[in-house]
Amino acid sequence: MTSQIFQPIAARPAPVKTEGLVAWIRFNLFADWVTTLMTVVIGGALLYLIPQFLSWAIFRASWQPNFEACRVEGVGACWGVVAEKYRIILFGRYPFEEQWRPLVATGLMLSLLIASCMRAFWRSWLVILWALVLTVFFALMYGNTMGLSKVETDRWGGLPLTILLASLSMAMAFPIALVVALGRRSNLPAIRTFCTIYVELIRGVPLISVLFMASFMFPLFMPQGFNIDVLVRVLVGITLFAAAYMAEVIRGGLQALPKGQIEAAATLGLSYWQTQRKIVLPQALAMVVPSIMNNFISTFKDTSLVTIVSLYELTGALSLALNSDSDWRPFKIEGYLFIALIYFVFCFSMSRYSQWVEKQVNKSKLR
Amino acid sequence: MTQKSPPKKKNWSWRSEAFRGLIYQAVAIGLIVAVVWFLAHNTLNNMKIRGIQSGFDFLSGPAGFDIGESLYPFDSAQPYWQAFLVGITNTLRVAIIGIILTTILGTLLGVGRFSRNALVRGVCYGYVELFRNVPVLLQLLMWYLLFTEVLPASADAWVIGPVFLSKGGLSFPVPIWAVGHLWALIGLVAGFAAAFLYRKWAFKRFETTGQLRSMFWTPVAIVLAGGVLGWFAGGAPSAFDFPTKGDFSIENGGSLTPEFLSVLIGLTVYTAAFVAEVVRSGIQSVARGQGEAAAALGLNPRQSMRLVMLPQALRVIIPPMTNQFLNLTKNSSLAVAIGYPDVVSIANTALNQTGRAVECISIVMLVYLTTSLSTSLLMNWYNTRSAIQER
Amino acid sequence: MSEPIITFDKVNKWYGNNFHVLRDIDLSVAKGERIVVCGPSGSGKSTLIRCINRLEEHQQGHLTVDGVELTDDMKAIDGVRKKVGMVFQQFNLFPHLTVLENLTLSPMWVGKMPKKEAEEKAMEQLKRVRIAEQASKYPLQLSGGQQQRVAIARALCLTPKIMLFDEPTSALDPEMIKEVLDVMIEMASQGITMICVTHEMGFAKAVADRVIFMDQGQIVEQNNPHDFFNNPQNERSRDFLSKILGH
Repeated sequence: MTSQIFQPIAARPAPVKTEGLVAWIRFNLFADWVTTLMTVVIGGALLYLIPQFLSWAIFRASWQPNFEACRVEGVGACWGVVAEKYRIILFGRYPFEEQWRPLVATGLMLSLLIASCMRAFWRSWLVILWALVLTVFFALMYGNTMGLSKVETDRWGGLPLTILLASLSMAMAFPIALVVALGRRSNLPAIRTFCTIYVELIRGVPLISVLFMASFMFPLFMPQGFNIDVLVRVLVGITLFAAAYMAEVIRGGLQALPKGQIEAAATLGLSYWQTQRKIVLPQALAMVVPSIMNNFISTFKDTSLVTIVSLYELTGALSLALNSDSDWRPFKIEGYLFIALIYFVFCFSMSRYSQWVEKQVNKSKLR
Repeated sequence: MTQKSPPKKKNWSWRSEAFRGLIYQAVAIGLIVAVVWFLAHNTLNNMKIRGIQSGFDFLSGPAGFDIGESLYPFDSAQPYWQAFLVGITNTLRVAIIGIILTTILGTLLGVGRFSRNALVRGVCYGYVELFRNVPVLLQLLMWYLLFTEVLPASADAWVIGPVFLSKGGLSFPVPIWAVGHLWALIGLVAGFAAAFLYRKWAFKRFETTGQLRSMFWTPVAIVLAGGVLGWFAGGAPSAFDFPTKGDFSIENGGSLTPEFLSVLIGLTVYTAAFVAEVVRSGIQSVARGQGEAAAALGLNPRQSMRLVMLPQALRVIIPPMTNQFLNLTKNSSLAVAIGYPDVVSIANTALNQTGRAVECISIVMLVYLTTSLSTSLLMNWYNTRSAIQER
Repeated sequence: MSEPIITFDKVNKWYGNNFHVLRDIDLSVAKGERIVVCGPSGSGKSTLIRCINRLEEHQQGHLTVDGVELTDDMKAIDGVRKKVGMVFQQFNLFPHLTVLENLTLSPMWVGKMPKKEAEEKAMEQLKRVRIAEQASKYPLQLSGGQQQRVAIARALCLTPKIMLFDEPTSALDPEMIKEVLDVMIEMASQGITMICVTHEMGFAKAVADRVIFMDQGQIVEQNNPHDFFNNPQNERSRDFLSKILGH
């Protein structure tokens, strides 16, 4: 066979469009009769339910803090309960006039958390920044200095308490988790056994039992006369709980690191701790940042459990706000929806952030 | 050439790693023992000062409280350990039913993420994101609120056929137990055995002749037929106990309390979001090339899914799936906030009545630890057995 | 001249709206012919052969395989796939099945063959690729070259009329390429129609009846190996050959 004279052909656009809105609709919603049937059923259900919900939640809703207006026939959601009670829901039993303090403190804490998420801030002075902000946080909330009145910890509540519990316990859990993860991988049997027992014990029981233990048994553990604040007890409980799960995550990262890294460090004459500090941990921790974010999201959600041991964070503050007030109690659903929205906004943004970080990490792996 | 074993190490150096290891471990153990002794000493001291007794002997004393719901009758004169037993059965009841329901719902949602229909994909995605990002306690409280405030009072209960739904719970007709039902059960068991034997025979036949018989619907039909035949043999009892509207509540029939329903539905709906993610990533983990190779060999989509994709996906799905089952069981402990008498709730009451905090909490932790550890062991055994053999 | 077993008639394929990956392909493959397709990456060579067993769909033109035209008709496609064997770059063996089970899967479930017969046939093919002793091992326990030979045996179990190879040696370490090429050369001498996308020019010179050079979705040049390698007519072919054969 001999070749004929080659004529290059220019690219042409496709005869039947497979991209663009119309093509997408045809392919994704009406491809075959089964798909079409599902589109009709689900689309129909959504078209019925969504306007009903919007009508109840927004268009027919009453927004004024006036419970009479809410009981009128035909009124939808009563967001007046939020307008009326939002300060108790958000700040718990903190004294009314001093509520600017938790507001400022929470703002500071949130900024710190957001800053910690940005690559630009991953320097060693971040630890100092954390210590600084936490000190300011406690100073503002507790008071008793610089002319601020004293506010006992059992009056702290609402959103600031949620954020405090979540961030502080994660911050404290991190060094513990690091030590435990390294301990589980150590060659020394006593240390390895102890760390394994700790992790398996904590992961096998529900958080509520750990909180109960911290709440009821902690006072017994301390010598006579030593009074442990309820906040500290709860914080210790959540910290120990979070540390066990984080230890497993970090251990996964350590396991995923190729053995060659440690061998190379050994040939360069580095000691065990030098190897861990300079070679192993920086790489392993960078790998597990998305999983640690997931741990943080779980801890954030788990703070709602402290309600059961009588600390009034966000969920508890709502019950506090409404249980004693018979005027507003029928509208508890709107209150629940309000705090569900707050949780959702926080957790959803954190999970999107963690997915973004994961993509960044994967990008740096592909050549 | 004879093989000699390597010579034993003769020298023992102060600087050797083994020696340092011993020192570290001795220090660590010393520290732990010191801390435990310190805590124990304080605890005993404090208990003496406050007059708190210790020991598990309180378990044989009368409980002194009633339990809202249980599988078998319980009254306040019975001992504490029986109360705890009721708590355990309540926990298991909601956990087992919850696990079954959440597996079905979660798998449907996970598979739905791969549907051709964009609406189905969107609904599944929306469900997962919505229910994953709100705390489970809040979800349980909201379901409880729904059941106790939105539903009408018993007097105006919603009626769907023979089923009543109201603030008092769900009431449904239950068959009145007769000998015929025992026969039906025996028939079902016989049906299972027959279906098992049928499958063995059908598979052998496939291997020898290449003829394929239905391996799923026929056995199901056999099991059902066994049950129906047994029922007929026992006289075909068909008497039902129907719920009726009494003066203050729905009487007769079987019933499920709003506490049980809200815990069950709340846990199922929450965990299903996580199960869906596990199923989705399991299906995604099977490389695309596997499906292409199966197609190139002439297998149709159903065969390709059954023989190639699903076995590989299941190996990836099952370990995290059991994790979710354990999470559901542990989350059932939140029933204490709703008033459903699970083991944590009972322990809480016992703790408040007797002051034996350490003992009660230890019982609770023991129950959950046993469940978790046995499930982990089962999982490890399954993993080693089904692992894909590599070099 | 016998009827061609594969006919491309003005076949066009697009990815999305604008990526015109196959442009007006006209090609005739005779029964028993051995063809090597080469060209730079992105030229559409893999897409070309994947259209033959409908792993990719073409949007315009007519593609006929062994007398059956490939359209949306699933039954026709299934019939074609039973006659066309394919070997992938990434082997795509089923890791949860043994080597023997990999081979007997399709004959038993699609060909409705009894197990004994399927296993005998499978052992025959394994002997043909010289790997019979690994029959009860799992794919991930074998080396790359061994896995690819198993993949070839698996495709041969269907007794196909046409064998497609999509860069079969590109994922192998150099010392394993020879064992796979030896198997392919032996197959070539047994009369089966072969279409192979590869960079192994030594294989092309040894075995091919025709070499097809593709670039940017078109067949630029086709010739017998001797004339193609020594006297390329087109500038693009010369350019490509200088890059490959340079070192």
